[in-house]
Amino acid sequence: MGLLEVNEIHTYYGNIHALKGVSFEVDSGEIIALIGSNGAGKTTTLRTISGLMEPREGRVVYDGEDISSARADTLVSKGISMVPEGRGVFAKLTVEENLDMGAYTRRDSGIKDDLKGAFELFPRLQERRRQVAGTLSGGEQQMLAIARALMSKPRLLLLDEPSMGLAPVLVDGVFDTIQRIANEGVTILLVEQNAHMALQIADRGYVLQSGEVAISDTAANLQQNETVQKTYLGID
Amino acid sequence: MNMLRSQNLRIVVILGLLSGAFILYTGAVGMIAAFHEREVVNDVFSLGQLLLMLAPFVAGFSAANRLGDAGAGPTILLVSGVVVGFLTALPTIILLLFNSDEYRGLLDLTLRVIPFVVATYFAWQMYRNGRDRQLVLGSWLAIAVLIGIVTFSFALIFEIKGDLRTVLVNINRDWVEVVTFDNRRELMTGIVTLAFASVVAGLIGGIFYLIPSVPRRALLYGLGLTLLVGAFGETVRLILQENLDRDTMREIFQRDTLRQRPALMLFIISTVVGFLWAKFGQDVQTSFSNMDSSQRRVVNGVGMLVFAGILLMLPWLIGRTLSDVAVTIGIFVLMGLGLNIAIGLAGLLDLGYVTNYAVGAYILAVLTSIGPLGRLDGVFTFWMVIPVALLAAMFAGFVFAVPVLRMRGDYLAIATLGFGEIIGKLAISDWLKPLIGGAQGVQAIPKPIFLGTELKNPEQLYYIVLVASLVTLFVSVRLNNSRTGRQWMAIREDEDVATAMGIDTARAKLLAFTLSAATGGVAGAIFAAKVGTVFPNSFTVFISINVLSLIIVGGIASNPGIVVGAVVLIGMPELLREFSDFRFLMYGALLVLMMINRPQGFIPSKLVTHEVRASVKAKLATAD
Repeated sequence: MGLLEVNEIHTYYGNIHALKGVSFEVDSGEIIALIGSNGAGKTTTLRTISGLMEPREGRVVYDGEDISSARADTLVSKGISMVPEGRGVFAKLTVEENLDMGAYTRRDSGIKDDLKGAFELFPRLQERRRQVAGTLSGGEQQMLAIARALMSKPRLLLLDEPSMGLAPVLVDGVFDTIQRIANEGVTILLVEQNAHMALQIADRGYVLQSGEVAISDTAANLQQNETVQKTYLGID
Repeated sequence: MNMLRSQNLRIVVILGLLSGAFILYTGAVGMIAAFHEREVVNDVFSLGQLLLMLAPFVAGFSAANRLGDAGAGPTILLVSGVVVGFLTALPTIILLLFNSDEYRGLLDLTLRVIPFVVATYFAWQMYRNGRDRQLVLGSWLAIAVLIGIVTFSFALIFEIKGDLRTVLVNINRDWVEVVTFDNRRELMTGIVTLAFASVVAGLIGGIFYLIPSVPRRALLYGLGLTLLVGAFGETVRLILQENLDRDTMREIFQRDTLRQRPALMLFIISTVVGFLWAKFGQDVQTSFSNMDSSQRRVVNGVGMLVFAGILLMLPWLIGRTLSDVAVTIGIFVLMGLGLNIAIGLAGLLDLGYVTNYAVGAYILAVLTSIGPLGRLDGVFTFWMVIPVALLAAMFAGFVFAVPVLRMRGDYLAIATLGFGEIIGKLAISDWLKPLIGGAQGVQAIPKPIFLGTELKNPEQLYYIVLVASLVTLFVSVRLNNSRTGRQWMAIREDEDVATAMGIDTARAKLLAFTLSAATGGVAGAIFAAKVGTVFPNSFTVFISINVLSLIIVGGIASNPGIVVGAVVLIGMPELLREFSDFRFLMYGALLVLMMINRPQGFIPSKLVTHEVRASVKAKLATAD
């Protein structure tokens, strides 16, 4: 049984039917990529899983528990952590305060060690630990957002468009890091428009098209799939 | 060089006309004449004249400052001071001429000439830019007619009414008296005096810039303190008479104003002290920061003890009248500390804080009153009701917070504003009249009794406010450093991301509103006990705005800032009662000035300083 099972979910923005029965599965230890064009429902799917939106039909099951209508903040202590779209660091707090905020739900004594761990993963952040997050570059802010999400020791990490607004060089670095995080045993669900990069690190992928899963396969097969190549990878 | 010169000229003209407009405006609203009633130094000058001179002085100084930084020599700076001074006086002089009997025709002439001058100017500009001749002529005519309609009708109005005063009520005899330096009958002498005084003040402003920084700061301290003591002569007298005998008092004060000799002495002493501080203050600070931590703790401890001593002794030091002001300030400090939990810590803009104040006041009134509305026959005492008022206010805070939990920013502010208004209407309503008296309010609220003594004087009530403020201060400091405080910090920065961190934002916001309301209730209860009666018209939106303003002026999320804000915004107006007509004018001016020059407040909290710097840094970073 998978760590996360999304079962025929229908989500609406008012009267707009955004997700029309999306289903997929994420197994423990996997990197799963949700790809698709603008408006396909990628972010909506992520928001529904993380509790920011509630599905009208269907179920989201995490670790055997129905979390369809659980509030967003309660999911953090259950082990689901989200890096919001557009990074969303606390711009006016320092790097260290941001990371502390990430460990908000924890009450154990390991926070200090994990802070060290975060700085090992992102040495740039250690250099700038006392700097205010708003003054970091885009790439550094993305790193901070990821590092902060890891501070809650998640089992499942939800990443919303981690490559958005980053220079190509930095995108490589971010995906490298995601791979390393996965190697440490964190399950990753990744939403990306940059299908090329996403499929390179993912184990499996789902292609969303106007609120429905159009294709699902292993990442390797998707990279070879003709439709995917044409539509999302720009290969003729 | 030419560029530099025209730039310089522009700065000088703009500053001069700005300060001229200031003088004209304060005169036209009657401020100058009203301020003239209060003398700063006996038989030397009044507050109104001080205002009249302060504008050219400040403008002259800032002109010199701008030009000096651009590399202008001393001669230019002095000339600019003179020009600024003259331009300051100019609008007032013109108005004086218009207002006088002999030169009334001048106004008429001006009003009739203005449209043609303006139209010709624009036409000339168009002609120079090579426009079509017919278009230029047509525009000239159109502009002249359009402006002419306005000015000619003004001219007509003045002709019919025969007087400027019918339009500008405050351009009256008193005003002429002040701005001509008591030469109302000899208008020309008066005008020359005004121009001369203004030019001298502008010139002094220019000279002030040329003085080296240490003596300049010393002079500023000396002048500032002397003028402050003079302007608040009545207050200072009240404080001093508690501690000095009658003869000494008579030496220093002529009624409420400072005599000349003590003023001079005060000026010399404070300048000397200011000089020493400007010269050696830096060394004192360095040697303090060079001390090791135990020594520093001793110095800090002694400072704290002295401060605590002053706080404890305050009512005896300042006497009854000022103790009453201190209690009012204290009530607002209490509310400021409470509202700061919502605004400063959690970032929730609550404009209905008066709700909690009203709830506290009415609870105390109804439960303890021995009048017709207090049906409980005084069974409950002040001390028993205080916790009830606190809980009731918290409950009100909670109830009003529930519907607005999903609102943010401006929308939240507007909704809370509405709640404040609802409370005011409820208090005055017929519906609740049997309970809380409607417009008649609740009367006969007994004073608190402590160990058998009735605390009826402000000197005694002061201690209740003091204790309540200290408790609130303690709680809010502890809260700020707690896990709850961090929740609020995250919500203030970004509510969505806070949710992503696992923070239950709804709960945290409810808690912020509820705790914030608590001190409002206590403040209201103390207010009711102090005044002895509770009327609905004490609970207007201005209470909410006052509390909000004092937080902003003092410094958001800064506890010492709140005290300073309350002293400035609540205490000062109490001491300047005779100018209460201008209270909101000065209030608004102060807020605007603060927002432009010191948005972080008088005593900013560390975090906010850090935030303001961060936003500047971020701006610089994106500018790269």
